[in-house]
Amino acid sequence: MATNHLKISPEELEGIRATGGTGGARGNKPLELLGKIGFFLLILIIVFYTLFPFYWAIVSSLMPYKELVSTKLSFWPTTVTWDNYQKVFEDERFVRALGNSAMISTAVVILSLVFGTLTAYAMARLNFRGRTFFLYMILSMTMFPGIAIIGSLFQMMRRFNAYDTLWGLVIVYLSFALPFTVWVLANFFRAMPADLEQAALVDGATPMVALRQVLLPLAIPGMVTTGLLAFIEAWSEFLYARTFTISPKAKTVQIAISEFTGNSQYEQPYGVKMAAAVVVTIPLIIGVMLVQKRIIAGMTAGAVKG
Amino acid sequence: MASNDGAMIPKVSRFSAPPTKAGRDQERLGWVLILPTILVVLGIAIYPLLESIRLSFTNYRSSRPDRWEYIGFENYRKLLSDDVFHTAFKNTMVFTVSSVFFETVLGMIVALTIHSAFKGRGFVRTSMLVPWAIPTVVSSLLWSWMLNDSYGIVNKSLIAMGFDNFRQFSWVGNPNTALFSIVAVDVWKTTPFMALLLLAGLQVIPDDVYEASRVDGASKMQQFWQITLPLLRPALMVALVFRTMAAFRVFDIIFVMNSYNTSTMSVSVYAHRELMNNQRLGYGSAISVVIFICIAIMVVGYTRMIKVED
Repeated sequence: MATNHLKISPEELEGIRATGGTGGARGNKPLELLGKIGFFLLILIIVFYTLFPFYWAIVSSLMPYKELVSTKLSFWPTTVTWDNYQKVFEDERFVRALGNSAMISTAVVILSLVFGTLTAYAMARLNFRGRTFFLYMILSMTMFPGIAIIGSLFQMMRRFNAYDTLWGLVIVYLSFALPFTVWVLANFFRAMPADLEQAALVDGATPMVALRQVLLPLAIPGMVTTGLLAFIEAWSEFLYARTFTISPKAKTVQIAISEFTGNSQYEQPYGVKMAAAVVVTIPLIIGVMLVQKRIIAGMTAGAVKG
Repeated sequence: MASNDGAMIPKVSRFSAPPTKAGRDQERLGWVLILPTILVVLGIAIYPLLESIRLSFTNYRSSRPDRWEYIGFENYRKLLSDDVFHTAFKNTMVFTVSSVFFETVLGMIVALTIHSAFKGRGFVRTSMLVPWAIPTVVSSLLWSWMLNDSYGIVNKSLIAMGFDNFRQFSWVGNPNTALFSIVAVDVWKTTPFMALLLLAGLQVIPDDVYEASRVDGASKMQQFWQITLPLLRPALMVALVFRTMAAFRVFDIIFVMNSYNTSTMSVSVYAHRELMNNQRLGYGSAISVVIFICIAIMVVGYTRMIKVED
């Protein structure tokens, strides 16, 4: 099926694009119609492919258990139930994990934005020795593999009593969120014309005043997007959370959801799992939709998400 | 904004800093402002990395923390003849090559499609953000449910289409299809990212290039191979290297879908098992150092591709 579309896609698509979608320049009418139908099908397949799995999570979360385990094929629930969501929010460990993740991610975003903005400003606008070196270092850090350090970090965290604590995870998360924030914001600052704050500096303002009064107000949209991306990173993180937490007091929502088990050994909690999956994902999807135009520029500037 | 615009730092004049008081002030301020970031990087990345390298030369085990010694390259020598490591490395290569390949081909098809003008283009573009925004753990669970042997929608659909041998077929449980299934999930999750990167690259190719070649009588196929692909090369290379680095260190998706199972174990999953499950900090560190070296080589290639300084 895919190869079939591969054959028509570059040719037909470019044709449709070049003629603004009307295809008027071509002479062969039936072939043109066929191309249009093929193109329409291709779009349908793309949308189905990207959206169906999450649609299915929502549908499964609303299905009663009996329907989930029936052998009959159905793409929508015949009876809608909120039981699964009720069970999710009655699960103390899950609710606690939800709170833990919210606190950790918020703290990571605030700290990354505060320190990240200052560092990014220095990287973009100030002259100091070692600047290029640090810029390379920060770029490399956005791609640093966490698996390379979990063994030694585990020991360090035990030593500093940071193991199985929320603040311990916040600090560990800064190791990827902060370089990422610096990198994206530095690009953002450098894209702003230099004479913006030059005028303020000529008038006798210090660089810090110029940053606060001239650049910062303009940087707010960039900071919101970067903050959201850092939030998504922290909220979705799994490897560190799995390695550095053991008890419900510090477990994040990704750990809680991966450890969901049924009430009894006979009943696999598919519906509850999917309800939890929807609860964990909806905030991210809403956030992404709100700033979707900027987010594409932000994520391509060095997303660390795998 | 185009992908490379984002990745490249545009050339912008900075204030020159002559050896004056103002210059020295700026130098000092610069250092003060970057200090927190540098401390985080040194404390939570560089120092633990050096510590991992040191541990990799020891036989340290968490179960007996006071009895250990330096054993030189012994751990690395053991890796060479470790069958599980070989399997994990092979799995990682298969995973990386196949997922990056399919992501690129599918991502290209999607990018070319979205690049053309049609009604509802914005909606399709927005829908691409959904798989990307879903946390990896969630997408792993979601697909585990869809691929469930008895009640999964995939098997139910296949049976309804008449493929009766998929009754009770366990996609992840069967060693022949396990890695392939996980690759498919990864491809689903990351194709949108690839497509958006390539789309950004497509959007900076000026229309009149196509116009000129159309006047010259080039076919659409010729246009794709001779104009689109060469001009897309920078964006494509950045996307390829970036995705290869991410795929090579894959952990979440494999761990959530199939735990420490050898049939799908990646080098990161193996390192995690040795470090945490088996408490062999020395040996596990050797594996993680090998992973670090592989990634570091790719990072060097990547930073050369995108210009950091003007």
